[in-house]
Amino acid sequence: MSPAATDGPPGAEAARRAVEAVWRIESARIIGALARYTGDFALAEDVAQEALAQALVSWERDGTPASPVGWLLATARRRAIDAFRRASALDERYAALAGPLAEGQFSTGGSGAPQQPDDLPWDPDRVDDDVLALMFTACHPVLSPEARVALTLRVVGGLSSEEIARAFLVPVPTVQARITRAKKTIAAAHVPFELPPPQERHARLGAVLSVLYVIFTEGSTATAGEDLLRPDLAHEAVRLARTLAALLPAEPEVHGQLALFELTAARFPARTGADGQAVLLEDQDRRRWDRSAIRRGLAALGRAASSGRALGRGLGPYGLQASIAACHAVAPSVTETDWERIVLLYEALGRLAPSPVVELNRAVAVAMDQGPQPALALVDDLAVSGKLSGSHLLPGVRGELLARLGRTTEARAELELAARLCRNARERAVLLRKAAALDADG
Amino acid sequence: MAKYMLIMRGTDESVAKMMETPFEEMLETVGRFNEELIRAGVLVAAEGLDDPSQGVVVSFDGEAPVVTDGPYGETKELFGGFYLIDVASKEEAVEWAKRLPAFPGSKCEVRRVPGIEEFPQDNEWIVKERAWRERTGQL
Repeated sequence: MSPAATDGPPGAEAARRAVEAVWRIESARIIGALARYTGDFALAEDVAQEALAQALVSWERDGTPASPVGWLLATARRRAIDAFRRASALDERYAALAGPLAEGQFSTGGSGAPQQPDDLPWDPDRVDDDVLALMFTACHPVLSPEARVALTLRVVGGLSSEEIARAFLVPVPTVQARITRAKKTIAAAHVPFELPPPQERHARLGAVLSVLYVIFTEGSTATAGEDLLRPDLAHEAVRLARTLAALLPAEPEVHGQLALFELTAARFPARTGADGQAVLLEDQDRRRWDRSAIRRGLAALGRAASSGRALGRGLGPYGLQASIAACHAVAPSVTETDWERIVLLYEALGRLAPSPVVELNRAVAVAMDQGPQPALALVDDLAVSGKLSGSHLLPGVRGELLARLGRTTEARAELELAARLCRNARERAVLLRKAAALDADG
Repeated sequence: MAKYMLIMRGTDESVAKMMETPFEEMLETVGRFNEELIRAGVLVAAEGLDDPSQGVVVSFDGEAPVVTDGPYGETKELFGGFYLIDVASKEEAVEWAKRLPAFPGSKCEVRRVPGIEEFPQDNEWIVKERAWRERTGQL
């Protein structure tokens, strides 16, 4: 029997999974619609979560309703009305809720009959703006970076606090506290639930992209723990980036970011060995790269370039990073990679979005293009600047370059230092393997 | 994440109903559903088939393959088209399948699509297929 069958109460586990599936698909639209109706983002999230909790109980007992979305929305709306009643807030918002949104007006026409717009539980002309407004709200600059990530995954991605906690290796109460605090902050700062005004739009979009980037990066190289990858988290970032690209098709950097994610995720199947150990780029079996993801990534990169041209702009930071990923994706091997182009792309990226990590990556590309000596000079400059002190990245690269120059003793010390600083067990093992290999040579 | 194929199967009854529905209306209904999949970031590919009466069937019952017109005039399930979606779970694939704009009498099969990385990578035919996928950017 399928978990979503309606002809009897399915088991608790099956019911929970069915509710979760509906929630992942609908949470953004449900919370977005509620936030607009009530004008209160925090309340919308609260009542939506209450409806979800209610669904877990009722659907297990009575089976999944014919229209899960209608059920969730009607239940959440009832809770919102109760909350307004409790607060005696019989103002226009209450009238708006109790009036045109009276129960029974919500159905999704899920029977398969052609749907008229007014059969939908939300106004189809507004739903895109609602979901976008939700993204902008969850990524609002008044929130701490951690809160933005947690809130985005919860309200836009439909993940539970438990799932978010698992993904970031933090305790569940920590995630719950972040979300609660974030909602209070939004309420205290009177952040309106709306699309940012045109003059703020660019900066605010940057904030949304940063949050998706953090989610993707954590999924594609876990900062700590035993697993190198958390593909589910990375894929959630891909899904959110696809949604954003569908909602903002004229924004070049949205496509650039999607391209970067697709092209990076394409390498996942080759990045871990049979026992979960990390496999370096030069050792990866490129036959295992996901060609369809590469194709989607290159298509998105094309859209980034063409939408940029339409605005009289070149590629932005995400588009440039995607171009670098594309150089790898189309190369048959490490040696046959267009390293010269990669160096140029890193130079351009370093000017648009200067960062020590970009500098370090440029040094790696220079090593591949021109040899280890000029690259070491760049890395030493970085080391002197102290910008990456405490990170394992710099000694990792430096050790690698010293080894290629035959300076074995120094190389080993650097690689061992990198291993001590590295918080991901899989990456640490790679660094120690490299250091040990030097012992065998030297 | 995993890829699932939603395989749409109709009957003569549901195909007839579809033919009666104004084309514009069909386009809007199906288009609206497709847009939902795109907005949700899960659509990978989709194709629908032409009128089954325009097709032929090759049967392997006797010594040699026999070609007949059809399939039509049978109440058996007819393959009508497919969606390929990339979702987090089987339940999510089922949830999308439940939302298909489908006519009464039709069915949708939900089947996981194994990735090529799940096959032995050193098998010569898998190697050949990979090479073709690489050349053509296939799924």
